Amino acid sequence: MNLKFSATHEWVAIGETPAAVGVTDFAAEQMGDVVFVELPEVGSKIFAGKPFANIESVKAVSEVFSPVTGLVVEVNSALADEPDLINRDAFSAYLVKVETEAYEDGLMTAEEYEKIKK
Amino acid sequence: MRLIFEKSVKDRECVVLPESDIPEYVFKDSRLLRDAPAELPELSELDLVRHYDALSARAYGVDSGFYPLGSCTMKYNPKLNETLAALPGFTDVHPLQNKDSLQGSMEAVFLLTEYLKQITGMDDGTLQPAAGAHGEFTSMLIIKAYFEKNGARTKIIVPDSAHGTNPASAAMAGFSVVNVPSRADGSVDLDALRAAVDGQTAALMLTNPNTLGIFDKNIGEISKIIHGAGGLMYYDGANLNAVMGKIRPGDMGFDIMHVNLHKTFSTPHGGGGPGSGPVLCKRFLSEFLPYPLVGRFEKTSGLPEKPRENKADLNSSDPSFERNFMENKADGGSLKGGSIPHPDRNFLECEADSSPLKDGSFFYDFLPPPKNSIGKVGSFYGNFLVAVKALAYVVALGRRGIKDAAEKAVLNANYMRVLVSEFLDSNTNSACAHESANDSNAQKNTPPPLNSVCMHEFVVSAEKLKHETGVSALDIAKALIDRGIHPPTMYFPLIVHEALMFEPTETESKETIDQAAAALKEIVETAKTNPEKIKRAPLTTPVGRPDEVKAARKPVVAR
Repeated sequence: MNLKFSATHEWVAIGETPAAVGVTDFAAEQMGDVVFVELPEVGSKIFAGKPFANIESVKAVSEVFSPVTGLVVEVNSALADEPDLINRDAFSAYLVKVETEAYEDGLMTAEEYEKIKK
Repeated sequence: MRLIFEKSVKDRECVVLPESDIPEYVFKDSRLLRDAPAELPELSELDLVRHYDALSARAYGVDSGFYPLGSCTMKYNPKLNETLAALPGFTDVHPLQNKDSLQGSMEAVFLLTEYLKQITGMDDGTLQPAAGAHGEFTSMLIIKAYFEKNGARTKIIVPDSAHGTNPASAAMAGFSVVNVPSRADGSVDLDALRAAVDGQTAALMLTNPNTLGIFDKNIGEISKIIHGAGGLMYYDGANLNAVMGKIRPGDMGFDIMHVNLHKTFSTPHGGGGPGSGPVLCKRFLSEFLPYPLVGRFEKTSGLPEKPRENKADLNSSDPSFERNFMENKADGGSLKGGSIPHPDRNFLECEADSSPLKDGSFFYDFLPPPKNSIGKVGSFYGNFLVAVKALAYVVALGRRGIKDAAEKAVLNANYMRVLVSEFLDSNTNSACAHESANDSNAQKNTPPPLNSVCMHEFVVSAEKLKHETGVSALDIAKALIDRGIHPPTMYFPLIVHEALMFEPTETESKETIDQAAAALKEIVETAKTNPEKIKRAPLTTPVGRPDEVKAARKPVVAR
């Protein structure tokens, strides 16, 4: 899977249609144990750089910003029962799959992302 | 420990009651009857006493030890407050009694409102809201009502360093919330604020000092930006303890605010509460306040006198404040008709009972309700006995004592901050990007807050320690429990990673703060040599580490 990363700690699978979108292991680590994930509805449109989901952890509720613009064609319904999938493997636990129209400007490669995360 | 229901034994009794000599009454409407008798625990008096005694031994409060829970102002609650609030004249009354028999209780409500007005620099107020967030919500409803009359506005601006209740209260009142990034020291980013403000901005919700315990020196400019756009300024009174008697929110440019009697004014929190979150406002918002209020009849004019307005004045040593605060007894008449925002209404029509008013006597104002009021948000005067306790505190401290409490709260926090900064740092790393997308811009040019003087509380970060040892802010908090200290606030404000927020309050001694700092230092040193030991804490409590995920996802709230 070829992933690209946003400065706000989301990933998107490049070159796939539809493209999976999730949060990074770093984001999962920072948020702590996830207890609830609020996802958009299938058929709704999400926009690059805008929040599209909420992740509630034992610490706080955090907004997730979309790295892409496009139509949501699938949501990861497994997260409803097992939100902690995000903590276990953030890169398998995609949030949504999107019919991508455009990517957010400035998405990074894994190497570049490694450098900015702290 | 077993629940009291599990200890129940059928037909065991505490009290043996005599045979009832009242004829049994059969309710005609069977819908009002239970299908089966209520399932109540049945215990002997001794077992009952032991149950609650065991429970109380497991509780931890300010009376047990140091409780530096940041942003909560866990100061000591003087026992004098309890004694006074337990007087039968306050406990054995009902607000619907004839007003002549309620003058003392009404005076207590009136006086506390007056003192709060003087401390905050506001013109009117209600004691009805039952808690801080309830006060926020009430204020949001008032702001909404104001804009329903003055051109509807839909947005409330909330900095990302704000208390979580702020956006929640605004959303509950039907506003959309605009989140603006803060600078690394928690202060308002003026450029971000200017960019966020527009013709739909109803209000900015702000606490000053902010959630990192830093006084926002730009408050005058912030007010100017919001007021310039026609918006209102809301003050979250959570951090009032740092500034009471020193500077007034009304003088900083705020139009409406809440105070937490259970924080700043020494009434109990939580289980020992209830809380109380009075709302104070400037005169132009008075017509929207909940009702009823208490007024004082002034015979001289035949009508309630128009109350004095608290003029906005950024000078913190405002002479009118110095002069007026707490001096009602000296001249017997400086508290004039505080809660009478409608001199045009015939107040006599408002009276529930029609006996004549004596000069200086108290009466219910706002009966019937004024047409623009948001309505009731609680019953009568809210948690009345809490107000009595707060009044006892304010009267006991007086003008100088109130100021002194704020100064000592700041002194204690700074003393502890310097001790703790030797082994925990203030590295307010960039906020978790999920909370704030723009914070990397916001933190430029901002010194780490711990290097600067704080107000009544301070925030340290365990991020570096976690990176080096795996011991997190949570682990430190748990380890403090084993050392007899209540944990500080954790993971708040959100803009600081691995945050620990300490608020020692003015009522703690130097010795207590020294001990707490020493305990923290020992925890940090242990973390570096034997992190597993800290990660296992607490070991001395009946319950170790509750499963927070399961508690959030699969709570068992009923048997």
